[in-house]
This record gives sequence, structure tokens and C-alpha cells, in this order.
Amino acid sequence: MAYELPPLPYDYTALEPYISKRTLEFHHDKHHAAYVNKYNDAVKGTELDNKPIEEVIKAIAGDSSKSGLFNNAAQAWNHTFYWQCMKSNGGGTPTGELAKKIEADFGSFEKFVEEFKNAGATQFGSGWAWLVLDGDTLKVTKTLNADNPLTSGQTPLLTMDVWEHAYYLDYQNKRPEYIDTFINKVVNWDFVAQNLGAA
Amino acid sequence: MSERTRNYNYSRKTLTNNWEYRLKSLLRRCGSTRFAGSLVLVGLCSFLALLIFAYQPMAQTREQPSPSVAQAATTDSELSASPAVLPPLPYAYDALEPYIDAETMELHHDRHHATYVENFNEALANYPDLQNQTVEAMLRDLDNVPEDIREKVRNNGGGHVNHTMFWEIMSPDGGGEPTGAIAEAINQSFGSFAQFQEEFEQAGKDRFGSGWVWLVSNDANELEITTTPNQDTPIMDGQYPIMGNDVWEHAYYLNYRNNRGEYLSNWWNVVNWDEVNRRFEQAQS
Ligand SMILES: [Fe+2]
Ligand SMILES: [Fe+2]
Repeated sequence: MAYELPPLPYDYTALEPYISKRTLEFHHDKHHAAYVNKYNDAVKGTELDNKPIEEVIKAIAGDSSKSGLFNNAAQAWNHTFYWQCMKSNGGGTPTGELAKKIEADFGSFEKFVEEFKNAGATQFGSGWAWLVLDGDTLKVTKTLNADNPLTSGQTPLLTMDVWEHAYYLDYQNKRPEYIDTFINKVVNWDFVAQNLGAA
Repeated sequence: MSERTRNYNYSRKTLTNNWEYRLKSLLRRCGSTRFAGSLVLVGLCSFLALLIFAYQPMAQTREQPSPSVAQAATTDSELSASPAVLPPLPYAYDALEPYIDAETMELHHDRHHATYVENFNEALANYPDLQNQTVEAMLRDLDNVPEDIREKVRNNGGGHVNHTMFWEIMSPDGGGEPTGAIAEAINQSFGSFAQFQEEFEQAGKDRFGSGWVWLVSNDANELEITTTPNQDTPIMDGQYPIMGNDVWEHAYYLNYRNNRGEYLSNWWNVVNWDEVNRRFEQAQS
């Protein structure tokens, strides 16, 4: 079924000055829109067309003959998830069950932050950093290009886009600065807590 | 105002570097094919020739061992790892405008390429023996690079080799139809330059994520268009990269945003066919 490009869940200026209006305009209206359009064009008329996009992603992961479809499906999904992981006046520290779980599984919130930043900084080329629930345990992972944790049976709780298009207009080559800002100023812990609660 | 002053200084620096670069590359070319040939032909007289070269002030800054016939064939233009050095951009930052903007060139060379060089040297710091090899030699034989630094050598050594080639195969005097032997070879392999351009651009667009699109000389000594992810280089597969275009987003995002296709089609305006011909000759030797 056709996947609909969701509108950005906040105004294009909502994340300024940390993520600029023009970055969000290009990122959402051009990059995300292109992934969605290409996915819809490619899935139309195939036997996968009646499946929700998550099922398509899981069904064709690793099938090199369908890598084009996979890349666009996963990127369509990843970006929808990414927008929700950010908010105006974000950052700070998680609370409640999520805070307890992070402390239990990483030792401390600071340890988690260190691991998450490192995952983002060391994903060479284009990709994503993730906080996932793997079985019963929280884990930090990173994926190349379009790959996402759904394909390894993990539940994504939080993601950060580290493709250069996510930060180049605002931070140029300084990916670590983008990562610091993402964690300190824009991450939406409410959404992450909600994902954990639903898992 | 300070922005302008800064750009001015950068341009001056690059012009000086440009002069150095041209002298160095002239020396390098003489030092490889022609000079190597004279070694064979003149035998003992080559010692004299060596002395003459040693008088060239630039020759002292070269870190390669004295040329020998055997080495000349394989180490011409290969990059030192003791340590790896960021080569100066062979033209001013704004020289490729309007096709590639000055800010992109400055970031691309002074930050991205510089970081690859830095990280490569850092990875090799504990392996002095490895530093005797060229960067290309390590990439050809990654299995022999210690496992704990293999990925760093692959990514950063690849980044160093790829970008060094990239600056050289572009020029403010570039563009137009290919010339010389490569023009002939392109016509033979692809039918026409236009057909080659179309296939090269399509391959560049199809490379998902970060990477490079290449014209290589393959195992059968034929021209072939290929792509690699990230900083992987055809050298890793025993192929010689005759020319390549960087399709990481950092190569075009400030100027072209999400429009990689437009970047790829504009890039022909800056291709330095003289240098591509030199590399084509190198590929066949
Ligand atoms: Fe993105
Ligand atoms: Fe690059």
C-alpha cells in the first residue's frame, strides 16, 4: 500500500538554532519525500504492495535483487521515526521507567550518552545511530545507509540521522558537534519513553 | 570583512602551493618514466643524472627513496605513509567556480581530506614497519594490515588516495571533450563520449549513500565504469582508477543540496583531461 509522507510534526523553525529551517526543508521536503515517492513507485503492482512498510522492510532485507526497494522503504520509515525523535526545547535527561532502564542497562545516563555519541561518530559514511530494545535489554547500535534494527528483530526506541545531509548546512564536516547538540538540545525523550512503554 | 580577508589569504597560499605542486609533479613525471628509461639506457651515467636531480631544491622535499628502475614502475605517484601528507590543492579554492564553490573546496580539502590523513597517520603510529609501504600498497593487500587498524587504514588510507587523485583530475582549465588516447579509448569502449557521460552519471546516481563513481582499467585491461561505497578504492580490487568522482554529500551539498544528478553533469566542466590521460597511460604500464 502506498506510504504517505507524514508532515513534519512541528514547524520548520522549531529546532532552530540547532537544526535550521533550511535543513529541515530539504531534509523533509526533498530527501524524505524522494524516498517515499521512489518506494511507492517501486512497490506498486508487486506482491508486497498490500503489506505495511515495516513488513516490506523485514521481508526483503538482505535480498540483493531488491536493494533499491529496500533502501527507499527503510529510508522512508527511518525518517518518519527520526522526526519524532526530536522536538523544540528537547534534550535534558529521561525520567521514569526509561531513566531507570537506561541506568540499569548502561550503568548510567552518561555512559549511554557516550556510547550513543560514539556510535554516531564512528558510523563511517552515511547511516544512523540507534537506541534499541534487544530482547529485554537496551542497546546502542549503528547502521549503514538505509539499514535499520527492525531487520534484526530489535525494537527501535531512538534514532539519529548521521547522513551528511542531516547536518552539512548547519555543521559542515563537524559531525560530533551535531551529535552533541542533538543529545543536549533536541532529543525528544517523551517519544523514546513512549516507545519503550509500547514495546 | 574578516571573511573576505580570510579568503584572500587562502587564495594566496594556494597560489604558492600551486607553483610548488606543478614543479613537484613535473619532477615526479621526469623521475618516473623518462628518468627511469635513462637509467636503463645510460647505465652508470644515471648516477650523474641523480646528482643533477638532487640539486633541484624541490627534490629534497620528496620523501621517496632514490629511484630505481623497478620502483619507478610501481611507486610513481604512490603516496608515502611515513607519514602521509596532505598535498596542497593544486589551484585556488575558488578556481572551480561556479561548478564547485570555494567553501566546498576549502572544507573538502582542508577538513575532510586533512582528517583522513590525520586519522591514517594516527592508525599507523604504532606500526613503524608498515610505514615503509606506500598507502596504495597497503590498500592492495589489506589482509596483511593488522586487524586492529585494518578498517582505519581502509577508510582513511582510501580517503587519502581517492581525494589526492580527485584534486589532480580537476582543473580550472578543464572541461570540454576528452583529448588524446583516453578520448579514443572512451569512444571504443562506450561508443561515444556522450554515452560514456550518461553511464558514468547514472552509476554515480545509483551509488546509494556515500561513495565514488570510477572509470577503471579492469583485470582484462578494459575500460569499465564502477562504483565503490564510502572510501573504498578500485585499488583494493587490483584495478587502476583512471578517474573518479566523489559522490559523498560533502562533495556537493552546499552547492547542489539533494541534487546529485546536477552535480554529476556539471562536473564534466572541470575534468582535467591531461591528467586523466596521464593516469590512463599509467594504467597501461
Ligand atoms: Fe536523512
Ligand atoms: Fe570527499
